[in-house]
Amino acid sequence: MFSFCADPKSLEGIAWFACYLTSGKHLYFYVSIGTVLLLLAITVPVALAFGFAGAMAARSHFAPLSILGRIYISAVRGVPDIIFFLFVPIALDQAFEWVRHKTKCPDWTEPIRRGADFVVCPQAKLPLSSSPQWVHETYGFFLAVLAFAIVFGAFSANVLYGAMQAIPKAQTETAEAYGMTRRQVFRRIVVPQMWVYALPGLSNLWMILVKATPLLFLLGIEDIVYWAKQLGGSKRSIESEYPHGDWRLAYFLVLLVFYLGMTKLSEGVFGRLYRRLSHGQATMAGEEQRRGRA
Amino acid sequence: MKKIALAIAALALTSGLAAAQTVRLGTEGAYPPYNFVNDKGEVDGFERELGDELCKRAGLTCEWVTNEWDSIIPNLTSGNYDAIIAGMSITPERDQVIDFTQDYYPPTASAYVGLSADANIKGTVAAQVSTIQAAYVPTTGATLAEYATPEETIAAVKSGEADVVLADYDYLAPIVAESGGELVFVGERVPLGGGVGMGFRESDKELKQKFDDGITAMKADGSLNALLAKWFPENPPKY
Repeated sequence: MFSFCADPKSLEGIAWFACYLTSGKHLYFYVSIGTVLLLLAITVPVALAFGFAGAMAARSHFAPLSILGRIYISAVRGVPDIIFFLFVPIALDQAFEWVRHKTKCPDWTEPIRRGADFVVCPQAKLPLSSSPQWVHETYGFFLAVLAFAIVFGAFSANVLYGAMQAIPKAQTETAEAYGMTRRQVFRRIVVPQMWVYALPGLSNLWMILVKATPLLFLLGIEDIVYWAKQLGGSKRSIESEYPHGDWRLAYFLVLLVFYLGMTKLSEGVFGRLYRRLSHGQATMAGEEQRRGRA
Repeated sequence: MKKIALAIAALALTSGLAAAQTVRLGTEGAYPPYNFVNDKGEVDGFERELGDELCKRAGLTCEWVTNEWDSIIPNLTSGNYDAIIAGMSITPERDQVIDFTQDYYPPTASAYVGLSADANIKGTVAAQVSTIQAAYVPTTGATLAEYATPEETIAAVKSGEADVVLADYDYLAPIVAESGGELVFVGERVPLGGGVGMGFRESDKELKQKFDDGITAMKADGSLNALLAKWFPENPPKY
């Protein structure tokens, strides 16, 4: 990074740290913070969409759809995350490749499953083995988002389902008495008001999701915890120009600060959201707001 | 114009074919000096140089991928990369699932390291999960403490969580040398495993053969010995 970093052995004190903390490996560490934030930013809306769809399905009066929604909610919530993350992305990946294999290489006669091996024709590989590394990484990232969205979608489906049921019955009945259809009641009365009931549950999920990102390494995505371990481990002169002892404690303290910072920030955001959503609601918080203003 | 378009299409096609020969090499990136991630954030070490040389000789383009040790074999068999080159000892159990090349690092001794020369090797022994050492420890009557990375096995001994660590002698030797007397070898060395080889899918005989031939050639012309001498200066093995 800096010009004086050419010979780290001659450096001491601040200069040594300036070079050490800007080594290529550290830059990956800093970038991985962005990766984690990006993953969260993409996963949250997708997971909410899964959750909303799951909750709507579970509430449906059409029995097969309702059963499907309920199975999704209970089955996915019941599987330990680490098993889910080992199994689902590999299964998804193999499913995609199987479909591509069937369409792209119809004359391939050899079996796909050979003992422990899963072999598809080279054109069906996803991504192609010839693709540059960033394509592989993006694909892994996509699988991770999908896996996270499925898991957290199931949890949020349960939260949203509860929130939909929490809307006072009197309100929906009144709306129906005004001649609204079921669909209109859902859109005009239930959805706008349910968020205040869903918020505590959703904020819990958010906090768990933030902490779940180390599972990413199972999918080959290098997150902050992976890099902290890599950087903190003791380095000998054969491995690194900056040999040092076991510094994992220091790196994990940095992670601690990062995660506590995220928690504090989230609490602030959720607090504001809660106040805004409570406005005009028939809840204790809404009532207090009304009195405060009067 | 048409000609140019055709030429570009042809070029794209042929380069696509050439690039189809890309071989993805999977490694752990946490087992120096075999493989580790260097200051630049790239895979480096004995196996990096060896792998690059083998790819060059076989005329293949190689790409390095890091994967957690725990799931390194399942990710090979499901096709996320094409070869494992991660200091993996050849054992009959692993050979049932994947295919190994000949060894590029001869069968070596494993060794115990503890805080003092009289540390109890029948007490709690730290070893990395899914290694030949982890399989060996219970047969000695000792209690096994498994850790995800080799680094953590050393830390366990230093913190007193485990009495000794059992690992490859060549991994331990430089650590003991640089510990300034804190860590010492304990007891006799234990011969384990059938040398270190590259792992391939069982259905990938052709690719395995290419790398196997490369290793044969490198053994014959002495270049493998030179690499071993460079990365294992304390006690370089020889072919």
